[in-house]
Amino acid sequence: MPTNSRVTEPSTNTGQIPKLRAPRTSQRMRNVELVLILGAFTISGLAILFVQLGALGHPDAHPFGLCLILVALVALLHITMRFVAPQADALIVPIALVLNGLGIAEIYRIDLHFKSQGWDALATKQIAWSALAIGAAFAVILLVRNHRILQRYTYTFGLVALVLLLLPVLPGIGTSINGARVWIQLGSLTFQPGEVAKIALAIFFAGYLVSHRESLSMVGRKFLGMRLPRGRDLGPIIAVWILTMGVIVTQRDLGTGLLFFGLFLVMLYTATSRVGWVMIGVGMIIVGALAANQFLGYVHGRFQNWYDAFNPDIYNADGGSYQVVQGLFGLAHGGLIGTGLGQGMPYITPVSQSDYIISSLGEELGLVGVFAILCMYVLLIARGLRIGFAGHDDFGSLLSVGLSFVIALQCFLVIGGVTRLIPMTGLTTPFLAAGGSSLVANWMIVALLLRLSDTNRRETRLVVSS
Amino acid sequence: MNKELKRVAIVVFAMFMALFLATSVIQVVQADNLAADGRDTRVLYDSYKARRGPILVNGLPVAESLPTSDDYKYQRTYPAPLLYAQTTGYFSLNQGITGIEGSMNSYLTGNSGSQFLDQLSAILTGRPVTGASVTLTLVNKVQKAAWDALSGYQGAVIVTEVDTGKILAMVSKPSYNPNLLASHDANTVLAEYNRLLHDPANPMINRTIDGKLNPPGSVFKLVVTSAALESGKYTPESTFPNPSSLRLPGTDSIVKNSSRTSCGPGKTVTLATALRLSCNIPFAELGMELGGKAILDQAEKFGFNQSFEIPMRVEASVFPQFLDEPQTGLASFGQFDDRATPLQIAMVSMAIANGGKLMYPTVVESVTSADLKPIKTFSPREYGQPISAQTAATITQMMVNGVNNGAASNARISGVAVAGKTGTAENGSNNPYTLWFTGFAPAAGSHKYAITVLVENGGGMGQNGYGNLIAAPVAKKVLEAVLNK
Repeated sequence: MPTNSRVTEPSTNTGQIPKLRAPRTSQRMRNVELVLILGAFTISGLAILFVQLGALGHPDAHPFGLCLILVALVALLHITMRFVAPQADALIVPIALVLNGLGIAEIYRIDLHFKSQGWDALATKQIAWSALAIGAAFAVILLVRNHRILQRYTYTFGLVALVLLLLPVLPGIGTSINGARVWIQLGSLTFQPGEVAKIALAIFFAGYLVSHRESLSMVGRKFLGMRLPRGRDLGPIIAVWILTMGVIVTQRDLGTGLLFFGLFLVMLYTATSRVGWVMIGVGMIIVGALAANQFLGYVHGRFQNWYDAFNPDIYNADGGSYQVVQGLFGLAHGGLIGTGLGQGMPYITPVSQSDYIISSLGEELGLVGVFAILCMYVLLIARGLRIGFAGHDDFGSLLSVGLSFVIALQCFLVIGGVTRLIPMTGLTTPFLAAGGSSLVANWMIVALLLRLSDTNRRETRLVVSS
Repeated sequence: MNKELKRVAIVVFAMFMALFLATSVIQVVQADNLAADGRDTRVLYDSYKARRGPILVNGLPVAESLPTSDDYKYQRTYPAPLLYAQTTGYFSLNQGITGIEGSMNSYLTGNSGSQFLDQLSAILTGRPVTGASVTLTLVNKVQKAAWDALSGYQGAVIVTEVDTGKILAMVSKPSYNPNLLASHDANTVLAEYNRLLHDPANPMINRTIDGKLNPPGSVFKLVVTSAALESGKYTPESTFPNPSSLRLPGTDSIVKNSSRTSCGPGKTVTLATALRLSCNIPFAELGMELGGKAILDQAEKFGFNQSFEIPMRVEASVFPQFLDEPQTGLASFGQFDDRATPLQIAMVSMAIANGGKLMYPTVVESVTSADLKPIKTFSPREYGQPISAQTAATITQMMVNGVNNGAASNARISGVAVAGKTGTAENGSNNPYTLWFTGFAPAAGSHKYAITVLVENGGGMGQNGYGNLIAAPVAKKVLEAVLNK
């Protein structure tokens, strides 16, 4: 490490005790990040330009002007990090930016088709939300100087998560869109608190599991060659299961429910190392899914749209598989190399800017583009898991795993739904899809991962230096 | 905790592998299947992107794409809609594409393999592909004459050039207006489509090549005559018993001649007379002597029981595969389960007219790219040689006699030898007859033109109409126009 040289360097000023100050930290990570951020801006800018050339036939300076706000905010974030998180991972921000940028370009592309402008245009809103989201990331990185502070507020976060989840059900502010009651309305602004709740939950789970892992790791009787946990320790998992089913029943939101439960299971396994927990959890979710399929009309519909999507009756039914099938047609229309940005017909698929954004991008960028996007997610999640590996404290590691896995699971649930791998659950594609709450939440996750990675590296150096 | 982390990483990896696999399957492996689903409107919209090439007759468009201000950029327009509807077909928003529009779609859109270089340059230069133009073999004057001659009837006329196989006229009535189906308003299209679909006269069917096929009746006797002469065991002078009615062996079915008497005077009748007067009994006798297999073989040489493309798909005409003796008797004068398209009957005349050599029928003359480079030019090719030149010459003479002093007398044209055969086919006990004429002119020399006329519903006369009364005069008018008489 270059900082070590300053220790052995012969002092030219021996008569004076050197002023005690923080060692000058290396900005190597940030320099790499700067280059990559410039690359991310270039890709996003070109994507918007190609959308214009493809759909309009000529460039238009207007959206670029709006995006300058984002450039300024990213610059602010980057410069701030040089001071408060210099050792943070260099890949996370650029990947999030590229995904966010591609999302804006594709949302803008569909706005162009529907001739939406100003605040009617989802792209304008998306840019504004992106600004807010990067602002939120900036705030998190500035306020949370050490992730261990979060552990102190474990139960506060648990409560926050619960309140956030309950908000949409409350009369007055809760509102229902497309059948799912997951939004709150404040003036003209709608917000999906569930998205932010997943962060609070990850923190709560991490804090709770770190302090209770001993008892949760205790094994009871053996079953089918597997050591099952003790019956008396089943409380937490049952609580989370009830929470999940509550979300599915009262908010009619299958995706968020599954996301929370999956998050809890993976964190529980990581903390306790007990495969038995996973088996119990999977069993509980299967029971829940079967019951939901039986008793909840909307869940049954989702299943039907999935396994018999091409059946003309289901295709033509109200709330039937039209959307799924059109999404598949869109992907197929794109083929290997895509139609080119602005030259496909993604707008035929309903909600092509949010739930089906991956199908829209797949149509215009082709399989090649989808692979590139998936690879970026893999890289982002791999960075997150790596932060978990490198963590010095269990809370940090567990939180990293939770936050990375929540992105991975969300990608899987929504892209798997669009590609008919699993039934459609109705979640947003992280960073890409139109939707403010999701952007804010995911950029906050970015900030937390940056904070965790910076702590890991700096503490490593402290050990080496001392 | 690292062992658990590794496992979580493996789970994440597996989840993404599943996504990689699923997208690959959809976008590459299944892409063509998905695009073939009729509900994929993207494929349809794509076809509107390029300026679709015109369909031409005598250098003038019968289908063309004109610029519009709506989303589709171009409006498909049919300048002579009723006259050419069944040949051009229609190019619709939500009810598919038919006729030449359908069968030549890849050329018209510019997506055919032979337009690959154009597609490449279009990608490189960024300008849209323009479709190729398709020139038809139809001749406006002949088409118009056939249309006029058939006025008042439900049926079809097909005129061909026998030494090339080119189709000069292809008329099917009743017709429809493809402009209404080419509307960009989906509801207009749907309403018109449903109206046409529920019209009992089936206007959208091209009766020359498709639809609910008719029994050929007496025009099928040309096939049986061919089989007889080709067998070497018969000549036009071969004789058959001449009763006024014939009970088919082992049945109660009685066969009668259309005259309800014997076939001319005498205890016996020659093959030549039987064909000239179009008698059923001698042909039933001949057919039963020849056997179903011999007739089947001959019929298939003319094209029966095969579907082919001109480039529209031609419905296969039918001669039954397995017949007992009484069935063979009925099938020998074009009844029982015999069914034929006018084109198939025309092909019989074409082979007879062309010295036994049958030329492959086609309706496309050439395909030319937007920058006037020929992409595909028609060259005549042989479909087969169903009969020998000698048989062809013999039957020609018999058919000329049929027009000059036989059952096809109303096709006579002064100064031209016309070879012809009429048909009056039954459709069950109380239904109107199907009326036919097939033949060619001039009977001798070069540049012969074959014509087949089909009139359904007895020409409006129920069971009182017959081929010579209704179909032969139609053929005469058209042949006069073709021969400039």
